[in-house]
Amino acid sequence: MRPDDPEPARARGAAAVEIRALRVRRGGKLILPGISLQVRPKAVTGLLGPSGSGKTTLMRSIVGVQIIESGAIVVLGEQAGTPSLRRRVAYMTQSPSVYADLTVGENLRYFAQILGLPRSRIDEAAEAVGLGPQREQLVRTLSGGERARASLAVALLGEPELLVLDEPTVDVDPILRRQLWQTFYSLADAGATVLISSHVMDEAARCHELVLVRAGRIVATGRPVELLARTGTDDLEDAFIALAQSR
Amino acid sequence: MSGRATLATTVRVLRQLRRDRRTLALVFVVAPALLALFKAIFADQPQTFDRVGRPMIGLFPLIMMFLITSIAMLRERTSGTLERLLSLPLAKLDLLLGYALAFTVLAALQGAVTGAVGFGLLGVHARGAAGAVVLLAIVNALLGLALGLFLSAFATSEFQAVQFMPAVLMPQVLLAGLFVPRGRMPHALEVVSDALPVTYAYDALVKITADEVDRWFWLDLLVVAGSIALALLLGAATLRRRTD
Repeated sequence: MRPDDPEPARARGAAAVEIRALRVRRGGKLILPGISLQVRPKAVTGLLGPSGSGKTTLMRSIVGVQIIESGAIVVLGEQAGTPSLRRRVAYMTQSPSVYADLTVGENLRYFAQILGLPRSRIDEAAEAVGLGPQREQLVRTLSGGERARASLAVALLGEPELLVLDEPTVDVDPILRRQLWQTFYSLADAGATVLISSHVMDEAARCHELVLVRAGRIVATGRPVELLARTGTDDLEDAFIALAQSR
Repeated sequence: MSGRATLATTVRVLRQLRRDRRTLALVFVVAPALLALFKAIFADQPQTFDRVGRPMIGLFPLIMMFLITSIAMLRERTSGTLERLLSLPLAKLDLLLGYALAFTVLAALQGAVTGAVGFGLLGVHARGAAGAVVLLAIVNALLGLALGLFLSAFATSEFQAVQFMPAVLMPQVLLAGLFVPRGRMPHALEVVSDALPVTYAYDALVKITADEVDRWFWLDLLVVAGSIALALLLGAATLRRRTD
């Protein structure tokens, strides 16, 4: 695998997400013991780590649906969970949160109505995830990957400034996966910040920025090429192992 | 809150119901069928059938809405759609009113069908207006909805949710005087029944079907309305935007 650098010019602005000393406990278990992180705006940042490393908890905290123990999270200049952010931030959960007994189109229509969006957005969102032909199909009858894409389409509806996507490309076939990444790049080009989690290392090379997490701690952050250079490896999985062991 | 989001929710819920033909069939067939069964059982005691059958027409929507609401809300919670909705610019009241409106439509239809079968075909005698019974059935359905919404927060599976019906509603229906009038119960049970909302819903039904609308009837309605409001508020409090 030879990762190419999708964005060599590095624009440094105010962080889209700024986290300081975040400590989160879920069900009594300490998941994030205190992490700090900055997410670059207008780029695709990959949150990578094995399952159980705290990626979902971190994303939930950024979206503002997670009860946190301590720490500060500033999202797009406001405290995470502020009501005004509900329009500016979209969250796609790991398990597809769409209504199984409605069609793809009916799901999109409902969420578009809540957001007060024109009908044209429904078609655009369905097309963006490659579900145009399945608009009249019941979600229940879709495959796992298609359901995930229906859920992703809902997140794309409101043209949010920050997209928090929990494993959006799982179970997606390679051709479609490439198409989804093109969508993420064009969203970033248009000025959106995209935060994507994955436990599959071969997704890492596609990201502009990487945040490697393990056991609730950040192992490393940086562009894929930087991480390779820092570890002297030519494979991001090797880089992850080298970085995790050096801590 | 916005009327747009409330109405969108109502349409969405009704659309889901329409897809589920079997549930709809059960909603409209079970209540009249049970009423017919009551009529057959009390074939040689027509007065007993009248006494039990009349309020039953108004009680079915209460029980049905309780079950349907608790399962529907549990599904929203477990499928992640509730979390998604609460991360959107949607007021909790939009969601609750959207559901209430959709289920009111369903309850009105069920009340009308059961009423038509009960009063029309089965010869249930009601001195009060049959239309008023259907209206009361809707009020009762809202009580069932509010209680179901609140209690669904305490269920983590469908198995638990369905058991709240016999656990929470059955005792209330029995204590309300369906089989044994409250006055003939042990005093302690009568006192307990004074504190339960279904007692007042049942009382109002009995009064309207016997055409004995008095001051106490309006007090009954007031208590039921207050209980609906309280349960809805408590239910809204269980919809948390931030969770563990």
